[in-house]
Amino acid sequence: MAAVPMEHVFVLAWVLFITGLVGVLVRRNLLFILMSVEIMLNASGLAFIAAGFKWGQPDGQVMFIFILAMAAAEVSVGLALVLLAYRQFRSLDADQASRMRG
Amino acid sequence: MEGVFYMAAAVAVISTALVIVQMNVVHALLYLILSLLSAAVIFVTLGAPFVAALEVIIYAGAIMILFVFVIMMLNLGTQSAGMERQWMRAGMWAGPAVLALLLLADVIYMLAVSPRVSGYAAKAAGPREVGIALFGPYLIGVELASVLLLAGLVGSFHLGRSVRQRLPEEGEAGGGEGD
Repeated sequence: MAAVPMEHVFVLAWVLFITGLVGVLVRRNLLFILMSVEIMLNASGLAFIAAGFKWGQPDGQVMFIFILAMAAAEVSVGLALVLLAYRQFRSLDADQASRMRG
Repeated sequence: MEGVFYMAAAVAVISTALVIVQMNVVHALLYLILSLLSAAVIFVTLGAPFVAALEVIIYAGAIMILFVFVIMMLNLGTQSAGMERQWMRAGMWAGPAVLALLLLADVIYMLAVSPRVSGYAAKAAGPREVGIALFGPYLIGVELASVLLLAGLVGSFHLGRSVRQRLPEEGEAGGGEGD
């Protein structure tokens, strides 16, 4: 069962998470920011699965199912907000929404 | 099995890196779907076939469909037609196609050696164990997730409804921008 060392799986999850984090920090398009958040959620889910596999418990998969439900709720609200922001500012630039009313 | 894992991991890293450097949203979506599919292959090698199926169905299916719907609803203007012609070169789909073929080779290899795979995943927790854990000690989490999904449903419905209600007012006040 020592086929794939757990460290490699965690390094992979770490690399994917950092990629998503860089995407959130670098891109200014709202859709790209949402996609990068999805990448980060997926990477953390991968870490949960790997931990659950290491100890042979189903808890990691249960946690992934919770992450999945959370991602679905997050992305539905987030995309509705993207639509609203596009109607408001006529662009998807996140920096356009830097001013408050009043 | 190690080869399957490392190839899927390489596909995941490459496609994820390509997601955040794309200029076109739809191209980025293609690579993101590929990244999620490779994550599903990794889950199979980690002995979580049930979660891999959920990943394909919900992440790569439902959530990506939401993204595609929103991109279609945004309908980014008339200048997009010329850009579309510029983007739809033959080489544009080559990258996702090559990576997807690598993943397909991965899956075919796993199916070919499936007795060894099932032996490999014997220790893994199948859907039965996951269901027992989910509705046993984690029952409160399931209830909270259902409340969260309800909140998401109500929230997105409210936001979408306010868009539709505000549009006629904007049309009267702003002289109609013509959505």
